[in-house]
Amino acid sequence: MPGLLKIAFKLLINDKGKFAALLVGITFAVFLMVMMMSMFSGILARSSAAVLNVGAKVWVMDPAVNNVNSSIPLPDTVLDMARSINGVKYAVPVYFGGALVKLRSGSYQAVSVIGLDDATLYGRPALIEGKIEDIFAENAFLVVKDAEFKKLENPKIGNEFEINDHRGKIVGIAKVQATGIFGVPTLYTTYSRAITYIPSSRFTTSFVLIEPKNEMDIPYIQLQIHKLGYEALTRDQFINKISDFYKYQTGLGINVMLMTIISFIVGLSISGQTFYTFVLENLEKFGALKAMGAKGSELVSMILFQVTFTSLMGYGLGVGLATMMMLFARFRLPDYAAQVTYTNLAFALGMVLIIAAFSSYISVRKVLQIEPFDIFRG
Amino acid sequence: MFDIAIQASGITKWFGEGEAKTVAVSDASFEARYGEMLYLVGPSGSGKTTLLSIISGILKPDAGNVLVDGSNLWNMTPNQLADFRLNRMGFVFQDYHLFSRLTTVENIAIPLILKKVNWDLAIKTALGYLEVVGLKDKANLPPVKLSGGEQQRVAIARAMVSQPDILVLDEPTASLDGETGREIVQFVKSHTLNEKRCIIIVTHDNRILEFADAIMHMEDGKITGTQRTVNEK
Ligand SMILES: Nc1ncnc2c1ncn2[C@@H]1O[C@H](COP(=O)(O)OP(=O)(O)OP(=O)(O)O)[C@@H](O)[C@H]1O
Ligand SMILES: [Mg+2]
Repeated sequence: MPGLLKIAFKLLINDKGKFAALLVGITFAVFLMVMMMSMFSGILARSSAAVLNVGAKVWVMDPAVNNVNSSIPLPDTVLDMARSINGVKYAVPVYFGGALVKLRSGSYQAVSVIGLDDATLYGRPALIEGKIEDIFAENAFLVVKDAEFKKLENPKIGNEFEINDHRGKIVGIAKVQATGIFGVPTLYTTYSRAITYIPSSRFTTSFVLIEPKNEMDIPYIQLQIHKLGYEALTRDQFINKISDFYKYQTGLGINVMLMTIISFIVGLSISGQTFYTFVLENLEKFGALKAMGAKGSELVSMILFQVTFTSLMGYGLGVGLATMMMLFARFRLPDYAAQVTYTNLAFALGMVLIIAAFSSYISVRKVLQIEPFDIFRG
Repeated sequence: MFDIAIQASGITKWFGEGEAKTVAVSDASFEARYGEMLYLVGPSGSGKTTLLSIISGILKPDAGNVLVDGSNLWNMTPNQLADFRLNRMGFVFQDYHLFSRLTTVENIAIPLILKKVNWDLAIKTALGYLEVVGLKDKANLPPVKLSGGEQQRVAIARAMVSQPDILVLDEPTASLDGETGREIVQFVKSHTLNEKRCIIIVTHDNRILEFADAIMHMEDGKITGTQRTVNEK
């Protein structure tokens, strides 16, 4: 490391009080930003859990639908039309709904029920226990073993329960990729059983799931569905639509954004202010360096080095702290939804760099303005 | 014969604007010679620091020329001036301006580090100068732990470490008691002055006048007279 930067480094860390204040400011801001964004990402990821778990390539829905759990039932004609589109290998209905389960203990538990097409069981989950054919047995349901599983009192194969005043029987235990957002257990059954057990309106199809013959057929399929007045979205498009809904059309997204901005401003003011005082306190010394023959660019490089070092260290500490906090929370609360994404990390880094640029700017300006003559005069 | 280190002619410097405009240095001409310790004395406000800053490339005059070894200082770019100060000059500021967050030895090493001397060598050299000023055992203390006279010696060691041709000291004894002041000036003279070096001291401390080779008097921005005691051949 060039000697001048070593001097800058020592000036910085030997001023323990200010250095600590700077670090705390940036760490705190990064921590808050990463926490907020990670929780939001976690929530977003979970909001699309059903889309991931069912895994269909193309989803047909009413254009007004922006969430798996509030689908608008589709008339049966949609299914028929979908089947007739060129490029569709097969199209099947799926049912999403909610029901009340009465447990053996006598208490009630809300569940979400997914009804899979009787003919194909398209979108079925992987089973940990039991056989998939048993889903056709009388009153048969699969239960998903996720964080919500215990809310059904940890059922076993053969356990019976009451669902909307019908009898239900566990015939298999399934596992899925993603846990949902609403904190209720998930049951799978056949489409026909789902619509008989759960009261529904005239139309019963929540979504039509399409398996295209070829990826390249998807745009054509989408166009044809669009002509019918419905919307066909790929899995990713649907996930984005759901995310956008939570981001922009619920209080959630706006509030997270506000919190992130507030954290940013707090970090900006703490570290900007502290660094500025740090430079002010050393201003005479910088002036003396200038008098001794340090060039303006050398003083600037000292300041940039100090700011960059502090910012990156604060960033590391903030991210580390947030990650630790999340690991701890997840350890205590299995339902805890937070995930650190690269986008979030990059965004927080960007924010930190803005804080650093701002702190450097105000300090550099000050340092470049020093007149060594004023130092000389004392 | 003597070699001229600095040749200043017609130096004039104004401060302020309009009504408040005052002249700090007015048409000052003088020379500083290698091998001599030149004193600049005069009442407070007479323009000593201003003149000193102008001839060290720190403050630009409104009129006049400063020639150092024949080259005109105030025709240089800011970066050339910085290099000139770095390579040719050593400064002892009136209130030391030592970095309290660095150790004594690191403070002394700064001019070498500015000259891009590698860190370990700079520290080693600085340690040598710290020994010269008799403070080797204080090397790793921050300067605030040192007495005023010791800090002054650190500031002097810092000015000496890069072996400048021209050493400039502004009121080096102002905050020292008479005995310490004398010791320090004597020390500077005996350790740095030779026929290739020149020392310029601004002072109004009579107790150190005895070490002067030349004394230049200033009043109201004007040089009122110069007496040379030694070196006049
Ligand atoms: N930056 C400035 N702005 C306005 N006036 C100034 C400035 N610097 C110096 N002066 C004025 O110029 C004159 C000479 O100042 P200078 O500091 O050179 O005096 P000095 O002889 O060094 O005094 P002292 O012995 O008190 O240090 C003074 O009248 C001072 O007020
Ligand atoms: Mg003065």
